[in-house]
Amino acid sequence: MLPAVLRTTAARLTAMFMVLFALCAGVLVFYMSTLSVSMLTAQTQETIAEEMQSLARAYQRGSLPALVRFVETRSRQPGANLYLLADVNGRILSGNVDSIEPGVLEADGWTPRPFAYRRYGDRGSAVSPPPVEGAEIQATGHQAVALVLRLPNQMILLVGRDLGEPQIVRDIVNRSLILAFGMMGIGAAVIWFFVGRRALRRIDTVSEASRRIMGGDLTGRLPVNGSGDEFDRLSENLNVMLARIARLNDGLKQVSDNIAHDLKTPLTRLRNRAEVALAGDLEEKDYREALEATISESDQLIRTFNAILMISRLEAGYSSEQTVPVDLARTVADVVELYEPVAEELGVLIEASVQGDATITANRELVAQALSNIVDNAIKYSAGSGEAPRVLVSLRRSDDGVAVEVADNGPGIPEDDHDRATERFVRLERSRSQPGSGLGLSLAKAVMEFHRGRLELSGRNPGLSVKMIFREDSRINEQR
Amino acid sequence: MKILLIEDDREAAEYLQKALSEAGHNAHVAHDGDTGYQLALEGSYDVLVVDRMLPQRDGLSVISGLRARDIKTPVLILSALGEVDDRVTGLRAGGDDYLTKPYAFTELLARVEVLERRGSPREVETVYRVGDLELDRLSHTVKRAGNEIPLQPREFRLLEYLMRHAGQVVTRTMLLENVWDYHFDPQTNVIDVHVSRLRSKIEKGYETPVLHTVRGAGYMLKAG
Repeated sequence: MLPAVLRTTAARLTAMFMVLFALCAGVLVFYMSTLSVSMLTAQTQETIAEEMQSLARAYQRGSLPALVRFVETRSRQPGANLYLLADVNGRILSGNVDSIEPGVLEADGWTPRPFAYRRYGDRGSAVSPPPVEGAEIQATGHQAVALVLRLPNQMILLVGRDLGEPQIVRDIVNRSLILAFGMMGIGAAVIWFFVGRRALRRIDTVSEASRRIMGGDLTGRLPVNGSGDEFDRLSENLNVMLARIARLNDGLKQVSDNIAHDLKTPLTRLRNRAEVALAGDLEEKDYREALEATISESDQLIRTFNAILMISRLEAGYSSEQTVPVDLARTVADVVELYEPVAEELGVLIEASVQGDATITANRELVAQALSNIVDNAIKYSAGSGEAPRVLVSLRRSDDGVAVEVADNGPGIPEDDHDRATERFVRLERSRSQPGSGLGLSLAKAVMEFHRGRLELSGRNPGLSVKMIFREDSRINEQR
Repeated sequence: MKILLIEDDREAAEYLQKALSEAGHNAHVAHDGDTGYQLALEGSYDVLVVDRMLPQRDGLSVISGLRARDIKTPVLILSALGEVDDRVTGLRAGGDDYLTKPYAFTELLARVEVLERRGSPREVETVYRVGDLELDRLSHTVKRAGNEIPLQPREFRLLEYLMRHAGQVVTRTMLLENVWDYHFDPQTNVIDVHVSRLRSKIEKGYETPVLHTVRGAGYMLKAG
């Protein structure tokens, strides 16, 4: 296992960049050395060609003796080029070249490739014997390029230049490579030290904070140092997530309390009824009645549980797979039609008012369920209050979306209680006597949040207005 | 009726089996998806009741497997999953009806009995008759003892559904699903009020009741 400092992203990134830079440097050095070699060669060739021209001119002016003199003078200068004058058979007559690789003198023009040679005065193992072409020439390791010219009298003139030892070029390349790599290594180490250490420190503080949170302290938050860097952004997002988790957790806690409290009553009632029925000496009819009451009480419990389940599923989040185009006008008409007989029975007038139609992307069942819960409440609470209880369900387009409003002229809800009214199991004082689970509005609210819309309660005088507001972008544009 | 229950919860399966046999049906039980699938392939069941979450092979895969083998036995899916979308997935996999746990046994029984008769000649008849009550699906007329009874369109559809399933218990949710085409749970007795309105129209002035309330379950339309 690598030590922690090497297992960091910073270390990996540094290593990766090092390799990359090394490759770049290698390519660069190689390119530059090739370029300078070819420039050097071009320069050499130019010098040689000039030399050859002046030699050729000397030959034209004073024939062979002049040429020989010229060659001898040039040959003796220090650091001179290579000069060689040979006869038709390749025997060296004059110049500063002692021996030469065979075959070089056979063709006119530039030698096709660098060749090996030995200069006079290079005291090697085989020196004194007259020009003998052979293996020992190679020993000196000198390489040259040359221009060969066949003179009109069939003699051969060669002007060349030593290429120097190739080792020198290689040395330069190696030195620059070592320098480049060394600097890169130092740079990488510095970068790794600062970036890696800093990142590690930040991550350690985050890890420390998250360990505390995992330990059960849900109020803990990750540190944000205000620099706005990626760690800050990550911490901010995680903090938002933590806040949501904490909120859900609180909700859960509150719901379990409420469930325990609100379900205890019907369950106790259920149990007592069964107990009384068992204890008494009843007729079959009474048993039957007790059982039927038990069943209807259980049905109410099941209903409550289903509503709870549904709310938590809705809170789990929105998914577009569950939505279809929904004609809200149709839904309003359906729900009003569904509730009309109930309303009539309770002496409430229910009406629908649809201005234009609006088709939105939504879950049809959920929207109908939410609307029917709201209408149900409106009918229940306005019944028996005032002169002419009335519930109006209207569909309207507004600037920021589509609103379905259910307005009644019942007693309404005090302004202060509007928020609480949509909380789970909250049944405001006046509604304690009414049947119902206390989940109707919470479910409607959950449905609206599932659709990324909102549920708005507002007071009327008298009465209450509940608006389901769908966002503009959930509307499907249609040609009208 | 021969029913196959594919349900891994042994206690629930045993209870269902007992309750179904008390209702006069013959129920077999399979505790995992594979066994259930094999039994459903061989046996000649009238209705399958399939739990969605099963060991070895999940309920939906059992159903789609059977449908792929051209086994058309009606299937009622039982599910503990919520109701936002699972219903659609279940029906798409080849289920015929869907019931979410927790459910009332009466609801399950009513649905199973309705499923059994699916595809019976009753579905294609144009005139339904129960006692002296007569409903003509083509001319949209309802007559009792020869006298025409005017009904609202929704009332007509309600009666049509009740008459198609005459002699069977029809629950409130079944009515909401089939007559109104909504699959949610209305909080109050909205359906009851619709039914009692219909009842007053078809029974007022006549001696014998035809639309009966089955307590704790729903409604049943039958002569006498």
